[in-house]
Amino acid sequence: MRSPTPPRGKPWDVLVVGGGNAALCAAITAAEAGCSVLILEGAPKPYRGGNSRHTRNFRCMHRGPMSVLTDAYEEEEYFNDLLLVTKGKTDEKLARLVIGTSEECLPWMIAHGVHFQPSLSGTLSLSRTNAFFLGGGKSLVNAYYNTAQDLGVAVVYEAQVKHIHLDGDRFTHADVSIEGGPVEQIAANSVVLASGGFQSDIEWLTRAWGPAAANFLIRGTPYNRGVVLKDMIDQGCESVGDPTQCHCVAIDGRAPKYDGGICTRLDCVPFSVVVNKNGDRFYDEGEDTWPKRYAIWGRLVAAQPEQVGFSIIDSKSIDLFMPSVFPPTQADTMEELAEKLGLDPAKVARTVAEFNNACRPGNFHPTERDGMATEGLEPPKTNWARPIDRPPFYGYQLRPGVTFTYLGLKVDETARVEGPDGRLANVWAAGEIMAGSILGQGYLAGFGMTIGTVFGRIAGREAAAHVA
Amino acid sequence: MSLDQLDAKPLGPAMAEAHRQLEICNACRYCEGFCSVFPAMMRQKTFAEGDLNHMANLCHNCRGCYYSCQYTPPHEFELNLPAILAEVRQESWESYIRPHALSKAFHEHGFAMALAAAIFIGILFWVASTAGADPSAGFYAHLAHNLMVAIFAPAFLAPLAIIALGLRDYWRDTGGRWPSIADLKSAFGSVAKMKNLSGGHGEGCNFEREDRYTNARRYAHQAVLWGFLLCFLSTSSATLMHYFMNWPAPYGLLTPPKLFGLSGGVLLTLGAIEMIRLKLKADPELSAKRVWRGEFAFTALLGLTALSGLLLYIATGTAAVRPLLAFHLGCVLTLFLMMPYTKMVHGFFRLSALIIEAQKSGGK
Ligand SMILES: Cc1cc2nc3c(=O)[nH]c(=O)nc-3n(C[C@H](O)[C@H](O)[C@H](O)COP(=O)(O)OP(=O)(O)OC[C@H]3O[C@@H](n4cnc5c(N)ncnc54)[C@H](O)[C@@H]3O)c2cc1C
Ligand code: SF4
Ligand code: SF4
Repeated sequence: MRSPTPPRGKPWDVLVVGGGNAALCAAITAAEAGCSVLILEGAPKPYRGGNSRHTRNFRCMHRGPMSVLTDAYEEEEYFNDLLLVTKGKTDEKLARLVIGTSEECLPWMIAHGVHFQPSLSGTLSLSRTNAFFLGGGKSLVNAYYNTAQDLGVAVVYEAQVKHIHLDGDRFTHADVSIEGGPVEQIAANSVVLASGGFQSDIEWLTRAWGPAAANFLIRGTPYNRGVVLKDMIDQGCESVGDPTQCHCVAIDGRAPKYDGGICTRLDCVPFSVVVNKNGDRFYDEGEDTWPKRYAIWGRLVAAQPEQVGFSIIDSKSIDLFMPSVFPPTQADTMEELAEKLGLDPAKVARTVAEFNNACRPGNFHPTERDGMATEGLEPPKTNWARPIDRPPFYGYQLRPGVTFTYLGLKVDETARVEGPDGRLANVWAAGEIMAGSILGQGYLAGFGMTIGTVFGRIAGREAAAHVA
Repeated sequence: MSLDQLDAKPLGPAMAEAHRQLEICNACRYCEGFCSVFPAMMRQKTFAEGDLNHMANLCHNCRGCYYSCQYTPPHEFELNLPAILAEVRQESWESYIRPHALSKAFHEHGFAMALAAAIFIGILFWVASTAGADPSAGFYAHLAHNLMVAIFAPAFLAPLAIIALGLRDYWRDTGGRWPSIADLKSAFGSVAKMKNLSGGHGEGCNFEREDRYTNARRYAHQAVLWGFLLCFLSTSSATLMHYFMNWPAPYGLLTPPKLFGLSGGVLLTLGAIEMIRLKLKADPELSAKRVWRGEFAFTALLGLTALSGLLLYIATGTAAVRPLLAFHLGCVLTLFLMMPYTKMVHGFFRLSALIIEAQKSGGK
């Protein structure tokens, strides 16, 4: 297939690179302003929508109850939450722009076909701050593709953008290979880059992180390989965010290499002991509640031999957390469980026995820090430390799962990309590809979609204004 | 149900596949807001046969959870919940309704149903042309009333008895109790609004336009349901008038049998035509493919029954009445007799599932 021809035989007004949330918000906004728009989505149709298809909610400021959101979540609180997770690594101007604009995003999303639902069971803690998509991110992506189609936006799938051609500070055309065909040039008056991070390029990850990254699982799309990001940086565009870091959580070790998505998450760690390949514990499993800690466990497991951990619980705890995607390994004795998990039975039994001996009585409380700590154990378990002694015993394999990378393009508050000599004339960026400016470290649940929606709409608006 | 399923008997292939898929859903839950299946799923971590049958009969095949699922093929998780629940649902009817062989034959083979209809129509033609036609009997000149009752009463009651036996086992296996008023209110409320085809947001389901929502199937189904009930009311009111008011047919336009019959006939005819149109547009991969033809034949028969009934009204006083009457009554007889072995049976199981769900969810 070759690319479709633009209407009226002129170049496209706006070329959008990528087909996720940020790209679609930009395309819809530009088309509504009257532009001819072409979306180049690198993935085939069934996998369209990048990591956005795996999402479930976005974080939204609001001054009072709004749609499915309860109570209020105002700018200062939102900004402080962001400061806390990023440890200050954020561009305050851009961050406040995203937060302040998030409020008007919700009605905009509804008007463009997105449906919301009250926060999912098991995520009540987010019912005030995060609006959940009914049907999840793929239904949001579907709604936007339908809206875009109704507005006359053209979409090409399996369109891998290889190179963004700059003539001085000006974009002229993109080099694209469609369905694996020869590279062709597509010209446009402006371009919006919304092709995500580079986390699916394992080679790049290993260069940045070290050889251990070869064993990481990628939670989202295999199509975000950072081709356009690298191309722009190679052409001298300014980058932001730590190039060596990625957001990495502990997920079910049996998950597929790519695209396992949300269901591979495991919430059992606080109620368990976690041992490595050698049967040794290596970190306080009960440091804090799981939503506050699950992001550090990716790194912790990544630092263990072969990048694998094993979370072990007993029948007392099996119903305390969300079900896992695959059934746990199960056995009636600790030795048998260790054997089934491929671990040294005697060693694991000893580690668990030592842990059990260090447990002290107390009032167990699964949803808040209960202070039930071990005594004289190294490393300690500081909450939820109950002996693991009631069969059947259950075990889950843990591996690091990468959500996204932090490296991105530097943009200003109009989403314009910073080139080697100041702002580029007609190149905008939105979503993960520029999120590093705002989210330099850590993660705030639902913030990725907020950044993409706010900046996608800004990029679409600015690109359209440039063409007009 | 506890995680410890070691001594439970192994699930059949369709059940096992539904179990696999629902385990993925239970870890994901993105579709929680679409329908009643997901809240039912979330009550447990693993599923016994009764749980699976229950969820399968709650599913209305709206397909919302297919088009929004990030794990549908070619993804290796191969989620296709509408299809596997349809298969489990189908198997539940075939296993609860006796004899199983009849179930399987008529559910799967549209041809079998057409053949049955043809035979019954033929029999009625023969009856009409030979049996005691009495010129002084008005409407019943073509088919004596007592003879009709003699044929239709058992043809109606026997299938109902068969269904009742199956339902009894179904209630027992899925843990249903004696329904309270609140349970009934909740279940009938769901049916009246076809809540489970609303998509949870009111814009409808994904039946025939892929990932776009429409209310077409919801409305078509309501037309069929209400049309059917009105036709049923028409017949019942005529029977009452005949026996208790000594008021035999034919009835004038402004009498209950005519008013119910005409409005019901029109609704049922149009509803059935629309259901067929939607079925032809919808992707068969998202349903129980092996019964596609049987379902098609059943919907066609429903439509033909209603249409021939309407034509009968129009043809009053002409020579066309006798063949039309035989045709119409043959269709009705087929519908009734085949009730346990065709898609018709879904109504009984679906209503049961909704009532049982109201009980299990405590009205939430
Ligand atoms: C499992 C999971 C769950 C998540 N849950 C949430 C959540 O609930 N809330 C939240 O806010 N965030 C969540 N995130 C983060 C969120 O997914 C991202 O922040 C967000 O989707 C980024 O949107 P985007 O449009 O920038 O990128 P994407 O949605 O990833 O889109 C990038 C697009 O670019 C295309 N592309 C890439 N390279 C090329 C190329 N060379 N040529 C053409 N096209 C190309 C891709 O195919 C894709 O369509 C989650 C992430 C994961 C992995
Ligand atoms: S159908 Fe897919 S998206 Fe929906 S709950 Fe199941 S796994 Fe999740
Ligand atoms: S097809 Fe519709 S009714 Fe059936 S489980 Fe999926 S969302 Fe629920």
